[in-house]
Amino acid sequence: MEYFLEQVLNGLQLGLMYALIALGYTMVYGIIQLINFAHGDVFMVGAFLGYFGFAVWGLPLPAAILLAMVACAALGVTIERVAYRPLRYAPKIAALISAIGVSLFLEYFSSLKFVFGPNYRVVPRPFAEVNWKIAGLTVTNIQVIVFVVVVAMLVLLQFLIYRTKIGMAMRTVAVDHNAARLMGVNVDNVISFTFAIGSAFAALGGILYALAYPQIHPFMGIMPGLKAFTAAVLGGIGIIPGAVLGALIMGQVETLTAAYVSSQLRDAIAFAILILVLLFRPKGLLGRTETEKV
Amino acid sequence: MKVSRQALWLPIGALAFYAAIKLLQFGGMISKYWQLVLDQGLIMVIGALGLSIIYGFTGQFSLGHAAFYGLGAYTAGALDKLYGQGNPAFFLLSLLAGTLLAGIVAMLIGLPVLRLRSDYLGIATLGFGIIIKVGLDNSNKLIPMLGGATGMSGTPQLAKFDLIFLLTFICIILVRNFIFSTYGRACTSIREDEIAADVMGINTTRYKSMAFILGCSLAGLAGGIYAHRYPFLHPSNFDFLKSFDFLLIVVLGGLGSMTGTIITAIAWVFLLEGLRFVLGQSFIDWRGVIYALILIVTIILRPQGIFGGKELSILVPKLPLKAPGKEQQTYAGPGS
Repeated sequence: MEYFLEQVLNGLQLGLMYALIALGYTMVYGIIQLINFAHGDVFMVGAFLGYFGFAVWGLPLPAAILLAMVACAALGVTIERVAYRPLRYAPKIAALISAIGVSLFLEYFSSLKFVFGPNYRVVPRPFAEVNWKIAGLTVTNIQVIVFVVVVAMLVLLQFLIYRTKIGMAMRTVAVDHNAARLMGVNVDNVISFTFAIGSAFAALGGILYALAYPQIHPFMGIMPGLKAFTAAVLGGIGIIPGAVLGALIMGQVETLTAAYVSSQLRDAIAFAILILVLLFRPKGLLGRTETEKV
Repeated sequence: MKVSRQALWLPIGALAFYAAIKLLQFGGMISKYWQLVLDQGLIMVIGALGLSIIYGFTGQFSLGHAAFYGLGAYTAGALDKLYGQGNPAFFLLSLLAGTLLAGIVAMLIGLPVLRLRSDYLGIATLGFGIIIKVGLDNSNKLIPMLGGATGMSGTPQLAKFDLIFLLTFICIILVRNFIFSTYGRACTSIREDEIAADVMGINTTRYKSMAFILGCSLAGLAGGIYAHRYPFLHPSNFDFLKSFDFLLIVVLGGLGSMTGTIITAIAWVFLLEGLRFVLGQSFIDWRGVIYALILIVTIILRPQGIFGGKELSILVPKLPLKAPGKEQQTYAGPGS
C-alpha cells in the first residue's frame, strides 16, 4: 500500500511537470490551432539555460531560473514571428511543417560544440535531496518544490487569463481572430504574448525536470514534449483545465505502469489509453463535441 | 483496343530514366554508396506515395506511417531470413507477406481510428506508431530472432536496383490509376469536404478505409524492400521521426500531387546524403542545422508545397470528358 502511494506521489510529480509543458501546447493550439512541435525543444533550452546560469556562470538559483524563463519567452516570441507568422493564413499543415523544422533546428543547433554540445550533462543539485517520512510515506523536498511551484504557476495563469485585460484579449482571440481585431484587440501582440507565457512555463518545467531527473542533453525535449502534448489532447486541446487533467492522468499511467507492469511498456500503454479515450471522446475528456454544420 | 499516344509517354520516360542510370552504372559513374542512396530514394518514393494517397488525396492526417513501413520491413525480413535462403521466388513472397500484413493491420486500426478528424487523427496514429515502436523494441521477448532493441540482421540482400526500379514503376502506375479512378475521385471529394461528399452519397468510411489500407500497404511494401537492401534493421529506423520524414516529403512536394511526392522523395534523400558530402568532416555537425533551415525556408516560400497540387502531364491519363452521343449540359440558372 505504501509502495502504491509512493508511486502515486511520483506520478503526481511527473504529471505536474507535464502539466507545465502541456499548458504551452494547449494555449498555442487554442489561439492559432497549431501543434507547436518546437515547444518540447524550448523546454530543453530552458533546462540548459538554467543549468548554465547556475552551474557554469555561477548565478544564484532564482536569478538563473528567471534568466532561463525570460530568454525562453524571447525565444518563443522569435520562433512565432520568424517561422509561424508568415504562414498564419496558409494551410494549417504548412505551419506544422515549419514547427517540425524549428524543432529540428533547435535540437541540432543546441548539439553544436560551441552552443550546448552533444553530450549528456549531469546537473548538480543546488541543494541536497531530503527525505521526509510522513505517516510511513517517503516524501522528498523535490516533490514538495515541484508541487508548490507548479500549483503557484497554475493559480497565476488562472488569474492572468480570467482577471486581466490581456487574459480577456487571449480568450477573445481564441474565439475569433477577426472579431477580436474588430473589437480593437491587437491580435499579433496577443499571439506573441501567448507564446511568451507558454515558453516561460516550458523553461520552468525544464528546470524542474532537470532538478528531479538530473541529466540533460539536446534531445531531451522530444519525449516529454510529445507526452505533454498527448496529455493536452487527452484532456481536450485548447482547454486549460483539460491540459492539467490530462497531464496528471498521463503521469499516473506512466509511473504506475513502470512500477507494476514494465518500465519498457510505459509509453505503449500511455498511448494506448490515449487512443482508447479518443475513440470514446473524440475531442478529449473535457472537450465539447460539436455537431458539424454545413 | 487503341492505346492513345499519350499513355505511352510514362513508360517511355521510365525507360529513359532506367537507361540513363544503367549507362552511368556501366560507365562506372555511380559508386556503391550513391547506388545505395538512389535505391533508398526509390524506396521512399513507394512509401511516400502511400502517405500521399492517405493524406494528399484523401485528407486523412496520419503521423504513424513509419509504423507500417516497419511492420512490412520486419515481416518480410524475418520471413525471408527464416525460410528464404536466397530463393528469389520466396523473396517476392516475403514482400507480399509484408505488404499484406501492413494492409491488414491498417484495416484493423483504421476502422476505429478513422472516425477521428484532423489533428486528433494525427495524434491517434502517432500514438499507434509509438506503440509499434515499443513493440519492436521488445519483440525479442516473444520472438527472439527479431532482436528487439539490439536490431536484426541476416536478411538476404536480394533487392537490386533493377527490381526496386520495376516495383517503384508499378506502384506509380497503380497509384495513378487509383487516383484517376472513381475510387480516387471519391477520395479526393472526401478531402475537399467530408460532409458534402457524404451528402452526395459517397460512403466516406469505406473510401477512407480503402485509401488508408492501400497507402499503408505501400508503406509495408517499401519496408519489405528496405529490409532486403539494408542488412541491418533497427526499431529506431521506424520511429515517429521517420513518420515525420514521410509527412515532410508529401507536404513539401505539394498535397495532392504525385509528381511532387515522387520528385521530393528522391530529392530529399539526396539532399540528406549530399549535405554529408558537401559539408565534409569538419562541418558535419552542421548537417542537421542546415537541413532544418532548408525545411523552414522552403515551407515559408512555398506553403502550398513545391508542386502545389499540379501534376506533370505524363502522369495524367487522358479521360473521355463526356460520354459519346450525349451533349454536355450547362446549367442556365433557375427557371430555364
